[in-house]
Amino acid sequence: MAAAANEPGSDQWPLWEVFTQAKDGAPHEHAGSVHAPDPEIALQNARDVYARRGEAVSVWVVPSAAIVASSPEDRGPFFDPADDKPYRHPQFYKTPRGVRVE
Amino acid sequence: MRDSQEEALFEYLLRLGDDRLVLGHRLSEWCGHGPILEEDIALANVALDLIGQATHFLQLAGQVEGQGRDEDALAYFRDAIDYRNINLVELPNGDFGRTIVRQFLFDAWSVLLLDGLQRAAHPKLAGIAAKACKEARYHVRHSGEWVLRLGDGTEESHRRVQTALDELWPYTGELFAADEVDRLLAGAGAPEPAALEPGWREVVSDVVRRATLTLPPEGYMHSGGRQGRHTEHLGHLLAEMQILARSHAGAKW
Repeated sequence: MAAAANEPGSDQWPLWEVFTQAKDGAPHEHAGSVHAPDPEIALQNARDVYARRGEAVSVWVVPSAAIVASSPEDRGPFFDPADDKPYRHPQFYKTPRGVRVE
Repeated sequence: MRDSQEEALFEYLLRLGDDRLVLGHRLSEWCGHGPILEEDIALANVALDLIGQATHFLQLAGQVEGQGRDEDALAYFRDAIDYRNINLVELPNGDFGRTIVRQFLFDAWSVLLLDGLQRAAHPKLAGIAAKACKEARYHVRHSGEWVLRLGDGTEESHRRVQTALDELWPYTGELFAADEVDRLLAGAGAPEPAALEPGWREVVSDVVRRATLTLPPEGYMHSGGRQGRHTEHLGHLLAEMQILARSHAGAKW
């Protein structure tokens, strides 16, 4: 099997995660990833691959190796406990009488 | 066309359009053959930008001419001798390094030209230039960064781009040559070709130096593209570009 990107001996350039912002004030959202040898080329590749049809006003690139991710086995302890706690959503609470809702 | 000023404008628009159409077509030959997927897409993007610019310039040329020729008629039904592009843009791609050097030499000039043309007296010409100039600023950033990385890369990449620079350099004289058309257009707010040379040299020298490359010595410069005297490569390029439109007249795709 070929060595994964970022590993010594790989013939692939390092991988970068791309985040694009659709308009001013909107959050940067994950768009995908690109290979690139350095930050400037990563930025250009991200622009050329993910923002060439007017999708973005701003783009971030982050080395994929810098992303810290939860692992599949974290899923139970991390996320399942939230399933039965609807009171953590604001919609759980009724609006008190006398409060005007616009 | 009414007078020599309009004839000159028509000729000038053909030059602007043909440079970009021919270079855009050359770059499109990389589609599916790029060194990596991302660069393949990048080159295709630049090719499409250039062909888009050519469309606008040739459309306006057809309107100025007033003979009923649209941008497709001008692109597909003129022969090499009627093309007005500089010879630099019709040269074969060679390897990626050569393509990038050619692109950088062109982009660094195109930015300056289009920037100046935004102040041309003709409002449509100025409008097209304003839009195209933004694209060109990205193009020169892309090609310039690649010249840096290839020049200051491995021994092999350095050797290849230095060879490309040496071989392409004699085709850069046409960027700054001027004739009667240029003089008439300069009177209508277009930049004087020679006035762009110091700025171009500054940008090119800076990138060449930082890329650890060497500027070729001054010497013989090719000419003739603006007058329709082309290398043998343009005819082959046009044959491929024009065959569909010529074999199926009026075809839409």
